[in-house]
Amino acid sequence: MAKRKIRVLLAKPGLDGHDRGAKVIAHAMREAGMEIIYTGLHQTVASIVNQAVQEDVDVIGLSIMSGAHIPICKKLMGMVKEQGVDNKLVVVGGVIPNKDMPVLKEIGVRGIFPGGSYFNEIVEFIEGNVPGR
Amino acid sequence: MGVATYIKDEKDAIKEVILQSGIKVKPVYTPDDLERIGFDYKKDLGDTGEFPFTRSIHPQGFRSRNWTTRQYTGFGTPEETNERFKLMISHGQTGLNVAFDLPTQMGYDSDDEMSEGEVGRVGMAIDSLRDFEIAFKDIQLNRIGSGLTINAVASIMLAMYQSVAEGFGYNKTEISATPQNDILKEIVGRGAWIYPVEPAVRLIGDTIEYAMKELPRCNPVSVCGYHIRESGCTPAQEISYAFMIAFAYIDNVVARGYKAEDFVGRFSFNLNIFGNLWETVAKFRSARKLWAKLLRERYGVQNKKALFLRGIFGGGGSGMTKQQPENNIMRGAYYALAAALSGAQTTALCSFDEAYTIPTERAALLSLRTFQILMDEIGLRDTVDPLAGSYFMETLTKEMEEKILEEMEKVEKMGGMVEAVASGYVQGEVGRQAYEFERKLQSGEITKVGVNEYTEGVDMEVELHEYNDESAQLQIERLKELKKERDNRAVSESLKALEQAAKEKKNVMPYLVTCCKSYATVGEMANVFRDVFGEYREPSIF
Repeated sequence: MAKRKIRVLLAKPGLDGHDRGAKVIAHAMREAGMEIIYTGLHQTVASIVNQAVQEDVDVIGLSIMSGAHIPICKKLMGMVKEQGVDNKLVVVGGVIPNKDMPVLKEIGVRGIFPGGSYFNEIVEFIEGNVPGR
Repeated sequence: MGVATYIKDEKDAIKEVILQSGIKVKPVYTPDDLERIGFDYKKDLGDTGEFPFTRSIHPQGFRSRNWTTRQYTGFGTPEETNERFKLMISHGQTGLNVAFDLPTQMGYDSDDEMSEGEVGRVGMAIDSLRDFEIAFKDIQLNRIGSGLTINAVASIMLAMYQSVAEGFGYNKTEISATPQNDILKEIVGRGAWIYPVEPAVRLIGDTIEYAMKELPRCNPVSVCGYHIRESGCTPAQEISYAFMIAFAYIDNVVARGYKAEDFVGRFSFNLNIFGNLWETVAKFRSARKLWAKLLRERYGVQNKKALFLRGIFGGGGSGMTKQQPENNIMRGAYYALAAALSGAQTTALCSFDEAYTIPTERAALLSLRTFQILMDEIGLRDTVDPLAGSYFMETLTKEMEEKILEEMEKVEKMGGMVEAVASGYVQGEVGRQAYEFERKLQSGEITKVGVNEYTEGVDMEVELHEYNDESAQLQIERLKELKKERDNRAVSESLKALEQAAKEKKNVMPYLVTCCKSYATVGEMANVFRDVFGEYREPSIF
């Protein structure tokens, strides 16, 4: 039986409108054979979690450039737990200073990919860590 | 993006150079090239300060007027921003470039649920006129011009600027503000949009019409190729999209019965510098020429000053790297050199730490010093358009002109920029280029120093501009106080009048000024428009 494609919700939480990175990654993930659902801009955390549940995705990818990654990720991890979908792999990309990486890991973000990360690095991480495979 | 594609042989000799706009560069240029392109001094260049302004819009260039330096500044509370403004002015900066936080840019007050975690983060928080009174305290608003990086609610912020200046005792005719006010580029590339395209473009028309009559020294719109380039397009596309956007705004005002001649002279542009030096300089030279020619042809503009392509040519953030951040200081210096060789009237640089954070004081000052070294030490003010007459530069300028026209033609065929954006064509094209560039960077086809080559050695941790949660709390407290203290009846009356004007498609600017002066908040005014106009929905390009 053919394996189901990895489904990824790529989300732009908050008010930040810089979506070049998100769109480039969406393109790269699709080339790598994943199925991408892009939320578009200005999403609330609640709406991202809802879409993740409705679309039954394996991965939630957040793209954050404004510097608000810690409060946003805290809120998101809280909500996925509340909804009982904390089995989903959560990864974050964007302007992420090194010193924030341990904080994000502690919150429960599994993969962190600051600007300049390589496509294959991201793809391999997701393929290796996606739940149930 | 930014750097050309180099095809080399096994001995590292360069076989072919292809600029990002798709132009091939030859190893040697001679007088034959000028003959091939039919180069004609009068027609293609003209004297400095003369049509078609390829060389310069001013006869004496930087000799008669040094460029204006406008580093992007603003964070936290209005007090903190005011301090930084004064610091930069005391160090020789000659204009302001105001950064607003995302809630302000998106028309939310600091106490809105949507603003959580973002108040004062990437710029200063402005809720009401009270905040502007603090931010611009002791700034001579009749002498220092201010760029306002605001788009969806630019009309509100322009009204706010007039209100604060009048409150300080200045006449509205002597103040100079340049709100960015370019919503089409927000939809293509920067993402700070609120309202649907049609009413959003009408709001821009309102500010242009109002400024033409009431704010003669303000530049009501700054058309931004800059951000579209940041999002991934080529230099030629940057200019062509910027011009097509400008035409959309001009058409809106012309449809109200005005002549382009009477207002287009106040348009300014915000354009990008990074990557190939020659392509950049040729881009600006051909852009100046094309803008003047197209305004004459399309709109019959005759007044010489109205044909000037004026603006800020700023160093692009996407040229900067997170890796080995100190390298960005050198990059910035070369972008500034390109700006000077291109005859920029106003300039700014992304600071070396901007891949991490909003600029620290040290980084912002280094950028300012970069400009000062160029102009005061190494001789960039000596003569106008120093590359003119170069076989290579003149050929490239002509080829860029052709590329820009080619890209404009594609948008034109779709019925103009409003349609090309509504259908998602431009966004798709920009996204495709961005992916291609990233792919080439990762495969090593394009070299980026410290990123995919020469990566050993000097990495460093940059000092971060820390987000201050207390400032955010202070801002929210102040907003609460304001709402108690102000005359709330006057506020609701002014908002009601604004709503009525928006419904009747009247020019909303005078109503916004009344709202601002009654201390209505940015969120309250923006919500009036949300109720009347609705909100924009992105076309899916995936």
